[in-house]
Amino acid sequence: MDLGTHGGFILGAYGFTVLTLALLIGNAVRDRRAQERALAAFRDGEHR
Amino acid sequence: MIRVFAALVARDLRLAGRVGGSGALSLVFFLMIVALVPFALGPDLNLLSRIGPAILWLAAVLATLIGLDRLFQADDEDGSLELMTASPAPLEIVVLAKVCAHWLTTGLPLALASPLFGLLVALDGPATAATALTLLVGTPALTFVGAVGAALTASIRRGGLILAVLVLPLMIPTLIFGVSAAQAALGGTIPFATPLTILSGLSLIAAVVGTLAAAAALRWGE
Amino acid sequence: MWTRLANPGHFLRWSVALTPWLAGAAALTGALGLYLAWFVAPPDYQQGETVRIMFIHVPAAWLGVFFYGSMVLSAIGTLVWRHPLADVAQRAAAPIGAAFTLICLVTGALWGKPMWGTYWVWDARLTSMLVLFLIYCGIIALWRTVEEPNRAARTVAILTLVGAVNLPIIKFSVNWWSTLHQPASILRMGGPTIDPTMLYPLIVMIVAGTLTGIALHLYAMRTEILRRRVRTLTIREAERLDPGASVMVAYPAGPSA
Repeated sequence: MDLGTHGGFILGAYGFTVLTLALLIGNAVRDRRAQERALAAFRDGEHR
Repeated sequence: MIRVFAALVARDLRLAGRVGGSGALSLVFFLMIVALVPFALGPDLNLLSRIGPAILWLAAVLATLIGLDRLFQADDEDGSLELMTASPAPLEIVVLAKVCAHWLTTGLPLALASPLFGLLVALDGPATAATALTLLVGTPALTFVGAVGAALTASIRRGGLILAVLVLPLMIPTLIFGVSAAQAALGGTIPFATPLTILSGLSLIAAVVGTLAAAAALRWGE
Repeated sequence: MWTRLANPGHFLRWSVALTPWLAGAAALTGALGLYLAWFVAPPDYQQGETVRIMFIHVPAAWLGVFFYGSMVLSAIGTLVWRHPLADVAQRAAAPIGAAFTLICLVTGALWGKPMWGTYWVWDARLTSMLVLFLIYCGIIALWRTVEEPNRAARTVAILTLVGAVNLPIIKFSVNWWSTLHQPASILRMGGPTIDPTMLYPLIVMIVAGTLTGIALHLYAMRTEILRRRVRTLTIREAERLDPGASVMVAYPAGPSA
């Protein structure tokens, strides 16, 4: 579709939003994994 | 209660005087900033006199930040804050006394000295008087807002930078009305009294909110 | 019912069950909203295709404010009821709210350039959003500097409440300031009358954004609970290994798990 003369700005705005949301979600998942790994390490320690 | 208040103010004033007067140092810092602005903008006196109140206000905001991080931290480190918390006097009185002492050593000297510095940025008589008046009325708001940040960061080592980050956005309203009151005196569409009354209102609000919040932060911050 | 839902153990259970549904609903409404925004909503007669930026700009602005509101509620929960979940909720909300506020600012700038001819105008609304972002930054920074979680919670709760008292004052003063300065010609966006063909996609996008935000928030809250658990375990482990050193790290373990 034709975005007219300002296509770059529109795509830039959507692109930035997608990027920020991706960073937000990626960071949340990474953080969760790290905490779960740390918890798992404790659990292993108890069994030994 | 008033005796406690007076004793604390006297103690802090004496402490400030003993360390070589943080008030004098704030004044020198104030002078530095006012002197730096013409180097950045050029020595055009017309321009400087137009933005003069803004320069003085900005300098006042920055100068208030100096020494604010030590407001409660110094007492936290040597343990006297704990004594004050344990004393029968309410913590709010303690906070109020310390903030008043801090204002007497920074805000008040700044407001009193501002006519002198107004000369540097080519302010004329009425504008100088107006700026000094707005500083006198507005700097308490800056100190009270700053006190909240000081109480929040009392136990953080090197809390100076984070204190500035926390406190500066909250100082925006004071800055806006302080500068616009001073500008109104220079001539403009709005009467001088309108922003000045709002500015005094801001100072009063800041006094209530700041005292309560700073005392709460000290009480719960342990 | 609320006290039961807010019990940390119960919370872990129902939030685990709810989050995928929320995320799914967010994805669906998001897809619907994007479709409506891109293929159904007509280009504005004045702004042309750039009006499509509005469909992310306005929801982002709403979410930035929404999460500050939820943080204020959590702050009251922390200070008044000392509820462990309130603190967790507040801590998880701050980065999300800051991210949406940043999205609002950046998309606003990218919208302003073609419409107003400049990336930034010191318009009251933009400036208020900028101040909100600065306050978010301060809150996050304070959180990183205070180590002990319970103390950090109370400190940040007080800052959040002070910020909440100040925000209306800031809004008011910024309004006053910008009318005083009479900004050059500014095209008011939309205005109160907005065509239904644009309103419905906008509402759908706002709903989608809110669902996304809440799903992210619940997810981050559970991560935060795990982090507290890890912290408690670490300290217990350290005390077990070296009982003499426990004096150094002794602190009210409190409701951290």
